[in-house]
Amino acid sequence: MPSLLDIRRRIRSVKNTQQLTKAMKTVSAAKLRRAQERVFSARPYAEQLKRVLGNLTSRLEDVSHPLLEIRSEERILLLVITADRGLCGAFNANINRTAQAFIREHKDQTIHLVMAGRKGRDFFRRRAVPIRSEFVNIFSRLDYGHAKDISEAIGKAYTNAEVDAVYMVYNEFKSVIQQRVVVEKVLPLGRADLRETEAPLDYIFEQPPQEIFNRLLPRYVEIQVFRALLESAASEHGARMASMDTASRNAGEMIDMLTLNMNRIRQAAITREIIEVVSGAGAL
Amino acid sequence: MADGTIDLTIVTPERAVVHEEVDELQIPGAEGYFGVLLGHAPLFSELKVGEVAYRKADRWFFLVVAWGFVEVQPNHVRLLAETAERAHEIDIDRAMRAKQRAEERITRGGEDVDYGRALVALERAVIRIQVARKAEHAVNA
Repeated sequence: MPSLLDIRRRIRSVKNTQQLTKAMKTVSAAKLRRAQERVFSARPYAEQLKRVLGNLTSRLEDVSHPLLEIRSEERILLLVITADRGLCGAFNANINRTAQAFIREHKDQTIHLVMAGRKGRDFFRRRAVPIRSEFVNIFSRLDYGHAKDISEAIGKAYTNAEVDAVYMVYNEFKSVIQQRVVVEKVLPLGRADLRETEAPLDYIFEQPPQEIFNRLLPRYVEIQVFRALLESAASEHGARMASMDTASRNAGEMIDMLTLNMNRIRQAAITREIIEVVSGAGAL
Repeated sequence: MADGTIDLTIVTPERAVVHEEVDELQIPGAEGYFGVLLGHAPLFSELKVGEVAYRKADRWFFLVVAWGFVEVQPNHVRLLAETAERAHEIDIDRAMRAKQRAEERITRGGEDVDYGRALVALERAVIRIQVARKAEHAVNA
């Protein structure tokens, strides 16, 4: 049986851990709020861009662009978005598992990996699939530039015909306590995505529409990647908050249990002493 | 159309910067600056790095935008920019430093220098400084 001192020490240590997890939870809650706002504030731009692209598409007779070219999917680029840091429950593990499943499903094709986030990079570095490029330690200061870099890398690979399709796997932000792993096709861009619903106005174009279209299309890829990054960041904080909450609660339970145990041992010791005294008195 | 205003929205991937009713505005189109009043013909143009100015009643407001597109319709203007900063948000010291860096890169030359990028950086810095100064004058005046 552990001694009283051991248990006391143990309780103190668990209490320290609990303090830590509680603090992390508070921090994540604050970061989550900010990340959530960023997800929302990125939406108007994405919507406008999509609308404008749709407008242009319906005006151009011949819409052709390297990013729209459909080839048979022999080589696939997979963009895997994880977090840079751990301690957020199954957040990273879910992504890595889904990415592995994806690779298994497409074992007849060649897979190129592009990793965003340190945790996924570390996971796949030890595995047989080669990593084409990696973007790590970006989530603490995430901005549009990162999305630009990533989409430039994947856009180049696609237009140079090094890969025939681009998918991305990331955590979609459903709610504060819920994330969903999604696999999305990024390239080739679906023409249906760009269909215009409202009747297009007769614009004066300062530059040829085709030229504008060609410049706009890469931005569309960028904003998609950016949205995925933002959603992933928000999900990460949500996941961390939830798991730290659970951890704090578990620590609380453990402290209760240990305290009970400690009291029991203390009582047992007192009882034993009394018996000793009583039986000593009886023997006299 | 003497009364009525133009609905101006300026959005970037990071945030919606402006959403206001304005009377008049000037936009840095890729082919040159142009003004927009109420009832403008539908127009679509690429933007260059430059200054967007808009007027509400008798006050002018200034912003710096870097790369984007503008869609003009008779009663609203939608501007999509990669970055957009209001004049008073600009950090002049930072812009000065950026200008210096870009100039150094251009004069130093060498194979590792991306001239296109350095020039764009320089252009941006110069315009940011100009616009920020203008904002200062407006406040002092």
